[in-house]
Amino acid sequence: MDLIRKASQWASGKSPWILHFNAGACNGCDIEVVDCVTPRYDLERFGVVKQGSPRHADVLICTGAVTLQTRDRLKQIYEQMPEPKRVIAVGTCACTGGVFDGCYCVTGGIDTVIPVDVYVPGCAVRPDEIISAVERALSLKTDGEGDKK
Amino acid sequence: MADDNKVIIPIGPQHPSLDEPASFTVTLSGERVDNVVIGIGYNHRGLEKACESRTYVQDLYIVERVCGICSHSHTSAFCMGVEQLAGVTVPDRAEYIRAIVAELERLHSHLLWLGVAGHEIGFDTLFMYTWRDREKVLDLLAAIGGNRINYSVNTFGGVRRDLDESIFAKITATLNELEKQINYYLELAQTELTLKARLSGIGCLSKEDALKFGATGPVLRAAGVAQDIRTAEPYGAYKNFEVNVITHTAADVFGRTAVRILEMLESIRIIRHCIKEMPEGAILAKVPRRIPEGEVIVRMEAPRGENIHYIRSNGTDKPDRIRVRAPSEANWHGMQHMLKGEYLADVPISIAAIDPCYSCTDRAITVNSDGTRKVTDWQSIRKYGIDWYKKRGLDMADIRLERGV
Ligand code: SF4
Repeated sequence: MDLIRKASQWASGKSPWILHFNAGACNGCDIEVVDCVTPRYDLERFGVVKQGSPRHADVLICTGAVTLQTRDRLKQIYEQMPEPKRVIAVGTCACTGGVFDGCYCVTGGIDTVIPVDVYVPGCAVRPDEIISAVERALSLKTDGEGDKK
Repeated sequence: MADDNKVIIPIGPQHPSLDEPASFTVTLSGERVDNVVIGIGYNHRGLEKACESRTYVQDLYIVERVCGICSHSHTSAFCMGVEQLAGVTVPDRAEYIRAIVAELERLHSHLLWLGVAGHEIGFDTLFMYTWRDREKVLDLLAAIGGNRINYSVNTFGGVRRDLDESIFAKITATLNELEKQINYYLELAQTELTLKARLSGIGCLSKEDALKFGATGPVLRAAGVAQDIRTAEPYGAYKNFEVNVITHTAADVFGRTAVRILEMLESIRIIRHCIKEMPEGAILAKVPRRIPEGEVIVRMEAPRGENIHYIRSNGTDKPDRIRVRAPSEANWHGMQHMLKGEYLADVPISIAAIDPCYSCTDRAITVNSDGTRKVTDWQSIRKYGIDWYKKRGLDMADIRLERGV
């Protein structure tokens, strides 16, 4: 078991696949996440591929304060991801709820629903910060040290 | 489940690449779309209610985050409303700065759209090109407001920051580069037969239908209706100069593409004009903390169309009611009609063509009439569309692009 874990950690460190989920963001952070794969920032040169299925994802990038409508889906997506999985909360509203904190349809930051490994505050977060967050998430041990509360 | 030969495909509500979630339930009859049911509201955060419990100044920051792509449009509308209620006149210089930022926002939004459209039809090179160019606009916005997105240029009574000659020079230089690129995209759209064949005749919404369903922005103008709030009901700096309304007669996705590209050129012209005519003077007028009682409706032209804000004040420092009618909300209504009779392969680009603030699927479940279920996702549908056309000889990979500036 340990060996498999080590191997998967080694492998995902080389070429992690990321999944992006909008849990109720204003789009600001989402376009910055997409911006990461475009020529100026080009996250793909590090072997990071953005793709669509949670079952193939190593890193979940979440934006936005969680709305009641997306809450269950977020949980579902998190559960579908294979171990070892890491979650990055991108944007102030993903970290704490931000300006949307206290809205009747918002539960708060991402960590009100699923555990978060790396928090990236900023409204909107710049692509360079997202890239460094991905790098930080990958350097974390999978037994859950990190920014985790 | 529908009758015998019909297949129902629910798409949604999570999209791996862009924007907000929405779900679509597509009923197919053979390869043609029979009906579409659209489910939105995943991103409902309750902003209008939140605004009521906060002061106007706090609301400004919430309103800015209605949408991160047209953040300036929403704050502009909100500020105009509050200024009208308070009876404040905004200094001319501030109006011109607002117009410059609004047009830069239109540039970045349309470039973004062009890239997304390219992506949906399998023309990823275009996606990379336009988003590379878009970075230049974001640099300008960052230089003006200090942030790439949600630049908070507006405040009640004017703008937060003045622009000086060095920024104007920067803007002019960038615009020259962008103009070259955008002209190139225009030429590409007009001369590249593969692109034209792929975009023409799909997602049609005729002039009558566009009016009937209350479409707005480029979708309406591509149907041949010359409606633009900047000329129909000029506000701010637009009172002082003419805006050429771009229309097209194609009424399909190709028309919308052409309208958006030409609008970018028009935006460049407007920004140049504003810089040339920039009035001197103050950038901020004083607005009282308590806004006098009253109600107001503001209309303005956001990149996606007509943006309407309604504000009711009860004489305190908090609004009584705020209503935001974003342009995408108006464009959803025609969608069902637009997709009827289309090939499934055209669904992604047709949906993308209204430039909705949407985000779709991760999983789509295909329910065959015999009850078998197949799990697919938006990407597979997108891929299905691309392959479907490849088989018919339309391969975007055949298009060779110049390297550009
Ligand atoms: S952190 Fe700010 S920019 Fe990012 S999604 Fe939230 S409100 Fe939008």
